[in-house]
Amino acid sequence: MRTNDRLVAFLMLLPSLVLLSIFVYGFIGRTAWVSLTNWGADASQALALNPELAFVGFENYRKLFTGLIDVRFRQDLVNTFFFTVFFLLGTLGLGLGLAILLDQKVRFEAVFRTIFLFPFALAFIVTGTVWRWMLQPAGGVNVLPELVGLPALELRWLTTREQIWQFDWNTVPAYLAGTAAAFFAYAAWRAWRDRRRVRAGVHGAVTVGLLGWALSGTPGVTLLPYPEPHGFNVAFVGIVVAAVWQLSGYTMALYLAGLRGVPEDLREAARVDGASEFGVYRHVVLPLLGPITLSAMIILGHISLKIFDLIWAMAGADNATTDVPALLMYLRSFRANRFAEGAAIAMVLLIMVALVIVPYLRSSLKGEVRR
Amino acid sequence: MLRHVLAWSVVLGFGLGAAQGELEIFSWWAGDEGPALEALIELYEVDHPDTEVINATVTGGSGVNARAVLKTRMLGGDPPDSFQVHAGEELIGTWVAADRMEDLTPIFEREGFLDAFPADLIELISTDEGIWSVPVNIHRSNVLWFDPDRLDEWGVSVPNGWGEFIDETCPALEDQGVTPLVVGENWTIQHLWESVALAELGNDDYTALFEGDLAWTDLRVVAAWETFGDVMACTNDDASGLSWQQATDRIVSGEAAFNVMGDWAAGYKVTTLGLEPGTDFGWAASPGTDGTFMLLSDSFGLPVGAPNRAEAIQWLELVGSQEGQDAFNPLKGSISPRLDSDLSLYNAYLRSAAEDFAGDAKVGSLVHGTAAKEAFMSEFATVMEIFLSTGSADAAANAAQAVATQVGLGE
Repeated sequence: MRTNDRLVAFLMLLPSLVLLSIFVYGFIGRTAWVSLTNWGADASQALALNPELAFVGFENYRKLFTGLIDVRFRQDLVNTFFFTVFFLLGTLGLGLGLAILLDQKVRFEAVFRTIFLFPFALAFIVTGTVWRWMLQPAGGVNVLPELVGLPALELRWLTTREQIWQFDWNTVPAYLAGTAAAFFAYAAWRAWRDRRRVRAGVHGAVTVGLLGWALSGTPGVTLLPYPEPHGFNVAFVGIVVAAVWQLSGYTMALYLAGLRGVPEDLREAARVDGASEFGVYRHVVLPLLGPITLSAMIILGHISLKIFDLIWAMAGADNATTDVPALLMYLRSFRANRFAEGAAIAMVLLIMVALVIVPYLRSSLKGEVRR
Repeated sequence: MLRHVLAWSVVLGFGLGAAQGELEIFSWWAGDEGPALEALIELYEVDHPDTEVINATVTGGSGVNARAVLKTRMLGGDPPDSFQVHAGEELIGTWVAADRMEDLTPIFEREGFLDAFPADLIELISTDEGIWSVPVNIHRSNVLWFDPDRLDEWGVSVPNGWGEFIDETCPALEDQGVTPLVVGENWTIQHLWESVALAELGNDDYTALFEGDLAWTDLRVVAAWETFGDVMACTNDDASGLSWQQATDRIVSGEAAFNVMGDWAAGYKVTTLGLEPGTDFGWAASPGTDGTFMLLSDSFGLPVGAPNRAEAIQWLELVGSQEGQDAFNPLKGSISPRLDSDLSLYNAYLRSAAEDFAGDAKVGSLVHGTAAKEAFMSEFATVMEIFLSTGSADAAANAAQAVATQVGLGE
């Protein structure tokens, strides 16, 4: 009977397993393979019925990170970094703020909740189109003051080419080494605290080595023979505003559920101990929301890495100041017919998403096993 | 119940497919351009009432979405019966190079197209192995648009060259708070670039660039980029937020004096805005390009493995015919490439364009797929962004040369 159940269960799962392995993992494998070939380098082969592909190793990746004309891809990576940071800060901050406001037992709470959650129901392409109109150079937000007789604003939301916080691309390895050193330093400190001397020593040595390598200008790695400045494109402010508008309702809903999960006894106890209302949030409620913040960061983080349609609708495809890797991947593959290079960009994106998702999956799987 | 539904849908599906022929036409003509395609399809349906025409239009400016959809369909072995493609390198460098098109020489011979179309246009759509598509229209890229009454008001005239524009016209207009030249999103800036480059380099050097005979880092080309930078200094600073229609609107509203756009701008002004050519808006060849017609052409081809090949051939015969072209072009706002076209059907602007087409020297547009292969054309957008961000003619020239080398331009 039991084996029979198992067999049925297995048979029920089998179709999904087969489909998954072909259409997800099989295609990831295929993309990885294509990214190591020269598909598209020769126009006569790009769209042939049976294109002849030659294996070129990591050449496409080398070009992306150090080639002359792939400066756009590198700026895209920087754009993605800044966009992710501001998008996360914005959605988490605004979502938490709204949730706390709604938690004050306001009247018509359900109405407000619906209003705040509503943008989440829209597709990014719709949000993008609406916000594109609102952030027009000579319309939308900029002409609002004219309603009360003031002169129109001259804000260049999406069209400015201004760039701030510039740094040289050649310093990226140093920053990466520095970040890695920080992680090892943390691991060393934890090992020391747990009285695991050997482990602490090894981690400490790695930290010192990485730090030394980073501070001496990362000798042995030359990305580019000339300085290549990248920075935060101010035009992204408009896109961050639209993205935060779309998703802060979602974080609000998450936080509100979390706030409702905080037992009233705990709050009462804090109040009895003389905590102000601010103190209750600061010391009792917010620490309990940590896991929610983490899962929200994971979900928003991968949305931000793969964002495509919002930017396509708001700024167009060829606006390099607001470009992201997903857009470039599409244009490389399906407009320029350079499929191998597009696949390489896709793999870089996959790795970035994996960096966000995998640690989370690992920790949550571990948690389940322990239970 | 479910079984019945499935059975019936299979029967009906096969029934429809078997009872009559089908013809799937793939294009990016929607919106303002949709009625012109509809007119052609109606003509086809009159001649072939048994055939069901499937209008597979994918919207998106200058085909950016449609071409991506087409590629996935072709790679997946599901070609449409006939698809729209820009005549020139976009067709030859992409689909003919990949051996995906049928040679249409027999149709050209049978239907007399060889005599009906100008020889240099046929050369543009041919290789040594054959003729690859039937052109349905001609657009001109190097046109300067303005409002004649407003120019009088501001006391400026149409500049004869970019030098005159930069030194005299531009400061005179800026003093009066008018944008001298309005541009929009990236591709409209590339569109301006090709007109400036043509004026600065001349027809031969301009063409040589795309055939690999003139280096992009040549001093003459760098100088053209520098002139282009001076021209861009006379444009609006919010370009990337504007579509070409919004840029055109600024001339109509008097915020800007000039812009360079293809002659679909005349179609927009006449059809959508209801303006009168010659009085409400004026035009000239873009500065320094008088006597040269920078062209682009939409055409239809026959992919290898088209499911309804016989119907597709009937369609191509119609597309190339005088009847088909004179139904299509007045609505589309373009001219017919046929030498025997009935000019009385066209408005004043289009008649003047047809006259120039007959007499002028012809070069191909870069941005609209005629001059250079798709891989180069696509990356030229990045070259332009590099120039717009750095303002450096040398950086742009080097980047363009790097792309040209990488994609094997001229090979």
